[in-house]
Amino acid sequence: MRATGKYRDLVTSYAEDLQLFRTNVRKFWFIALIFGLTALPWAGQALGGDYLLYLLNLTAIGVIVALGMNLLLGCAGLISLGHAAFVAVGAYTAAILAERLAFPFWMTITISGTFTGLIGVVVGLPALRIKGLYLALATLAFQFIAEHVITHWESMTGGANGMAVPQPALGDFIFDTDLRFYYIVAPITLLLGLGMANLLRTRFGRALIALRDSDVAAEAVGVNLARYKTLAFGLSAAYAGVAGSLLAHYLGYVGPDHFSVLLSVEYVVMVIVGGLGSILGAVLGAAFITLLPEGMRFVEELLRTFFPGMVFPDLRSLIMGAVLILFIAFEPEGLAGRWRKIREYWTTWPFSK
Amino acid sequence: MDTLAQASMSGIALGCVYALVALGFVLIYKATEVINFAQGELMMVGAYIYFSLVTSLEMAPLSAFITTLVLAGLLGALIERAVLHPLVDEPAFTLVMVTIGLATVLRAVTGMIWSHDTHVFPSPIPQGAVQVGQLSISSTDLWTVGMTGGLSLLLFLFFRYTRPGTAMRAVAQNRYAAQLMGISADRIFTLTWALAAAVAAVGGMLLADISYLHTNMGFIGLRAFPAVVLGGLESIPGALLGGLLIGLIESLAGVYLDPILGSGTREVVAFVVLLIVLLVRPTGFFGAPIEKRV
Repeated sequence: MRATGKYRDLVTSYAEDLQLFRTNVRKFWFIALIFGLTALPWAGQALGGDYLLYLLNLTAIGVIVALGMNLLLGCAGLISLGHAAFVAVGAYTAAILAERLAFPFWMTITISGTFTGLIGVVVGLPALRIKGLYLALATLAFQFIAEHVITHWESMTGGANGMAVPQPALGDFIFDTDLRFYYIVAPITLLLGLGMANLLRTRFGRALIALRDSDVAAEAVGVNLARYKTLAFGLSAAYAGVAGSLLAHYLGYVGPDHFSVLLSVEYVVMVIVGGLGSILGAVLGAAFITLLPEGMRFVEELLRTFFPGMVFPDLRSLIMGAVLILFIAFEPEGLAGRWRKIREYWTTWPFSK
Repeated sequence: MDTLAQASMSGIALGCVYALVALGFVLIYKATEVINFAQGELMMVGAYIYFSLVTSLEMAPLSAFITTLVLAGLLGALIERAVLHPLVDEPAFTLVMVTIGLATVLRAVTGMIWSHDTHVFPSPIPQGAVQVGQLSISSTDLWTVGMTGGLSLLLFLFFRYTRPGTAMRAVAQNRYAAQLMGISADRIFTLTWALAAAVAAVGGMLLADISYLHTNMGFIGLRAFPAVVLGGLESIPGALLGGLLIGLIESLAGVYLDPILGSGTREVVAFVVLLIVLLVRPTGFFGAPIEKRV
């Protein structure tokens, strides 16, 4: 695992170190990003129609989970193989609140985020006694138990048939098209991303990084391990819960098949492919994994020209596994690390290596 | 009383399979400190290899069995050489991720070669049952228990009395000291993976015989994790005992809990046990206390 701060920019004061945007150039690019994100759906619709918007929305939801996963895995160094279950908890909470109790959209999102966060704290409690690999097993156990509960608690979750979820609405305005939904999910993602970027620069974020690098040393300098580990778990789960409730509202349906252990692995792959401990990495990784099936389809068509009439149902998981192994072996800093290296190369040119 | 005894017997047979998967897992963990999430997939691939040898190549059961062990061992060695070896000194976390990737790849490749359909396993074990008093024990269960016992004994003798076995124990105890004594840790790592894959293949063949041959067998392998943790992660007798217990608990849960909590409870009860063990006694039965030198 690589430290995030390997290629830090030069800072001359503590205040400067704490700034969210260190230079005006960055501030400019951030504003440009907001404009870009606002304009993106029109460009997307012009290029690829609603389907592209659909992918965009799914990516944004994936980004939220990846942000939370990144906090846990990249910053705190705690492994979770149960994030799909957290997403499921969020999705089902939203579904039950919205469908059975007719809660308004903004309330389902906040409640399911908070509730999933609390569940995350409970699941994270073993993290206090056990470390790294044992923790991976504990979260894996949570994943299977959650799947089981969802499938078998039929009076609450609809069992294997799943549940319908109403479309999100604010007042009388219903977010019923892909374009409209984009304008909910994009601001939420942006806000959560900003929140995460801020969080990582605070006492909390630094405590997490300290306990990742050496929990014994962190404890020695006064980091309360129990508190920060459970908090990290809770917050990460809350992100997954928000993503889950958005997903439920967006798809209009939740079923137990969406949230298998394979999805949990996908979330881990997102963060590793993107780059551990980096916000940009979470975004890139989520985009990469969400768009991978589309790329796969292209490859499949290509393969089919050589082997007509064949289907390749396993190509996606094959590539997923291979990508995971190859990234760990050859680019352990992920896509974000690659981007940083490219940037380094050009900023130090002509003296770059 | 009858149901209890009957369920216990099939639980013990299932537990033997878990014990074999857990055994392979502990072998790898002790020697290389890799938590191998692909152990269940190795088990599955072993069963498929046997299936193909018997159905497509029409080999006799015994020669097919031996060929499967060799091929599975080679696969294990190949995986170690090609994937794990270049990453040998990476942090444990990285290696776990690699084995998860490996599991995904193995499952996908198996699906591509053999499809995801359920196959009936060409069992060499004759159908039938042995009557012991009121109890009828299927011969498959008897064979499973017998083969697990035999394999455990062979492994015990191997570790106890042979040079490579002793070398493997030495590397597991202290890799650097073993290297100073002239043992090639590289070679031991490869050998360990080969051995673990072969043991898993035996488990796979037995499991396919008890149930069906299916690409989801790898997930069943995940249920060996509770067995391993219960036994204490580093202990071979612990893995065997843990496997037996988990099999027993699952089987009994199938009889007594499924009617109350709904079908499928037996499939998660192992994980409930895992959580309880992790909370109450993370070191399991035979594990050394977790301590860390700074």
